Amino acid sequence: MKRTGAEIVWEMFKREGVEVVFGIPGGAIMHTYHPRQDFGIHHVLMRHEQCAAHAADGYARVSGKVGVAIATSGPGATNLVTGIATAAMDSSPIVCLTGQVQTYLIGTDAFQEVDITGITLPVTKHNYLVTDVNELAETIHEAFYIAKSGRPGPVLIDLPKDVQMAETDFVAPEDPVNLPGYRPSSSGDSELVRKAAQLINAAERPVILAGQGVLMSGAMQELMTYVEKTNTPVGLTLLGKGGFPESHPLALGLMGMHGEAFVNKAIQEADLILAFGMRFDDRVTGKLAAYSPSAKRIHVDADAAELNKVVTVDVPILGDLKLVLEQLLPQVEPRTHETWLNMVADWRADSRRRDILRRPENGNLDSSALVAAHFINDIWETTDGQAIIVSDVGQHQMWTAQYYLNDVPHSVVTSGGLGTMGFGLPAAIGAKFGQPDREVWVVAGDGGFQMTMHDLGTIIQEKLPIHIALSNNNHLGMVRQWQEFFYDSRYEATPLVNPDFVKLVEAYGIPAWRAETRSEARQAVEEARKHDGPTFVEFRIVETGEEGNVYPMVPAGAALDEMIRRPERRTGSED
Amino acid sequence: MHSTLIALVEDKPGVLNRVASLFRRRAFNIESLTVGHTEQEGVSRMTIVVDSTRTDTQKVVQNLYKLVNVLHVEDVTEAPSVMRDLALIKVSANGGGTRAEVLQIVETFRARVVDVALKTLMIEVTGTDEKINGLVDVLRPYGIVEMVRTGRVAMARGSGPSE
Ligand SMILES: Cc1ncc(C[n+]2csc(CCOP(=O)(O)OP(=O)(O)O)c2C)c(N)n1
Repeated sequence: MKRTGAEIVWEMFKREGVEVVFGIPGGAIMHTYHPRQDFGIHHVLMRHEQCAAHAADGYARVSGKVGVAIATSGPGATNLVTGIATAAMDSSPIVCLTGQVQTYLIGTDAFQEVDITGITLPVTKHNYLVTDVNELAETIHEAFYIAKSGRPGPVLIDLPKDVQMAETDFVAPEDPVNLPGYRPSSSGDSELVRKAAQLINAAERPVILAGQGVLMSGAMQELMTYVEKTNTPVGLTLLGKGGFPESHPLALGLMGMHGEAFVNKAIQEADLILAFGMRFDDRVTGKLAAYSPSAKRIHVDADAAELNKVVTVDVPILGDLKLVLEQLLPQVEPRTHETWLNMVADWRADSRRRDILRRPENGNLDSSALVAAHFINDIWETTDGQAIIVSDVGQHQMWTAQYYLNDVPHSVVTSGGLGTMGFGLPAAIGAKFGQPDREVWVVAGDGGFQMTMHDLGTIIQEKLPIHIALSNNNHLGMVRQWQEFFYDSRYEATPLVNPDFVKLVEAYGIPAWRAETRSEARQAVEEARKHDGPTFVEFRIVETGEEGNVYPMVPAGAALDEMIRRPERRTGSED
Repeated sequence: MHSTLIALVEDKPGVLNRVASLFRRRAFNIESLTVGHTEQEGVSRMTIVVDSTRTDTQKVVQNLYKLVNVLHVEDVTEAPSVMRDLALIKVSANGGGTRAEVLQIVETFRARVVDVALKTLMIEVTGTDEKINGLVDVLRPYGIVEMVRTGRVAMARGSGPSE
């Protein structure tokens, strides 16, 4: 059957299971847009291509499927780049399709021509410039396979206009794909697994560091079985949240720069570290030379280049975590680790005492100042911890990670590796499409929200019931905090003069509330949840000073246990 | 210290760019890189010389494998192998005396004169780095007008293909 390149795009998307794509049309891609309706794939018109990539990313993170973003050539394509880099750093499977000038014009600086395959080379897992319509179907098939398999990541396909228009006989690509140089890892080397088991069985103070690899390999059940058999406490990376239930007694919670002090203490005192699907980011390790000094280290990862990259390990195992855990389980002995767990429990109690949520003045809902921990806790309680929680980047992101505890996998969406402000709102749009039946909350700062707030337009156009929580401290808060700690409180370029956010959002027809006290915060959250459509709550939180800071904090370049901690105050209850 | 890698890659547009971009992005220090065809259609072969004092060769290998178009990478530094570099050197040889001396040197190094001009000789030499460096050192006093080197190519000894 004769098909144009444009038709092949949609035919292949359909075959790859695509139901929705995010994009903005333009001259070099409109030919591809034209036949879309005939293929029953929904298109979400975004307000900026960066947001299209973030939406595809958010969709992928919660659904486990590949997200798709579409843009025109030139500025449309370059606008995608931040979104692609964000997906690359967090190993999120997206496919980006860009229009390109006609093949005979490539290299001539034609109108809206950019070398987008060249530009995205370092931030894609792979990319293609398709110059022959006969290669298009196969290329799309490969792109989805590469994006999703092994260590996932973004793939870009650049499609010249004449190739979109050209006709050919459509031939469905066959499986398996013909990629002789591409071998996603499977099970681990059995000798290394045996060595790992030896270290595990000899350990007295083990800690698991669980990363996003747990979720990607779908190893949640295996991890749980392992943890319960060996009584090993589990620290989580930011993107690892949801891979192990935080309500579990052996869950430690977030580790690293803004992890609780007791979690980092446990890592520093451990005699064995089990790094499962994480990559020892500097935000997780602190000063490398002082990192977990007396521990043996086992690292399991699907990407060979991550093994021994920043931290040298005793047993590097290349493989899919789920399969490696299956290999490991029968070889490890049941343990109780009573002494070790008691030590950790003592440290945990000390951290608890400093928790801002446990301060006695919190009892007064109307007079005590509103801090982010309060309203995030309100969202957590009222949603029963079951919502998909999307965050932007900054202080509120860390507070969200600290106070919205996750038991449900694939519920945390945040830009970890690149730390892209403006990610939250568009990623939430994608997440809502990825999991339409789940409640979606996005928490953003006043700074980051203004980077992509134009996509409120997308939310109303698509009538998306997304709840937006604005953590407004009238500053670029995280930078301001660093200035307070390390730059003599000189607030250079961090105070913001803001619009009336409630009015602004109401202009889109979205119901909006402002909360300035604890009781207002709680009410607003409950009120918002009663609405079927999109809602918005602005939380006016403490702007500066101790209550406006994220604690604890490992200063950049310091060792994990050299944390700046929240000053201790007398509290009513101990636990 | 140098180490030598052989990489078999798919002969597709932009593959050299991908490899070069990878080295730049990961701040790998590369001494030389050569590319050419192989006995297999659609497969190119790269010989990559890594400055192993500043760059961990194992990391180069692992990262090369992340490129979809890279088929196979082998570290032949320690393996019995033949490594060759080719150089073309244009050297001043003005007077009759110097010309004879240069020819003598060419003979000793088993190099060849491939072009003779009024004031210069062009010399072709193949061999290991050391041999070529040696020749260059000896010729330098005569005045090297121009030089080009291909960079190292390598192949493992024995009857099988490099694997
Ligand atoms: C695109 C981008 N630009 C700049 C930064 C640097 N940066 C990190 S956090 C931050 C402040 C964020 O402020 P806001 O969005 O108000 O959130 P808050 O920290 O106050 O919760 C900035 C500017 C960034 N991460 N991303």
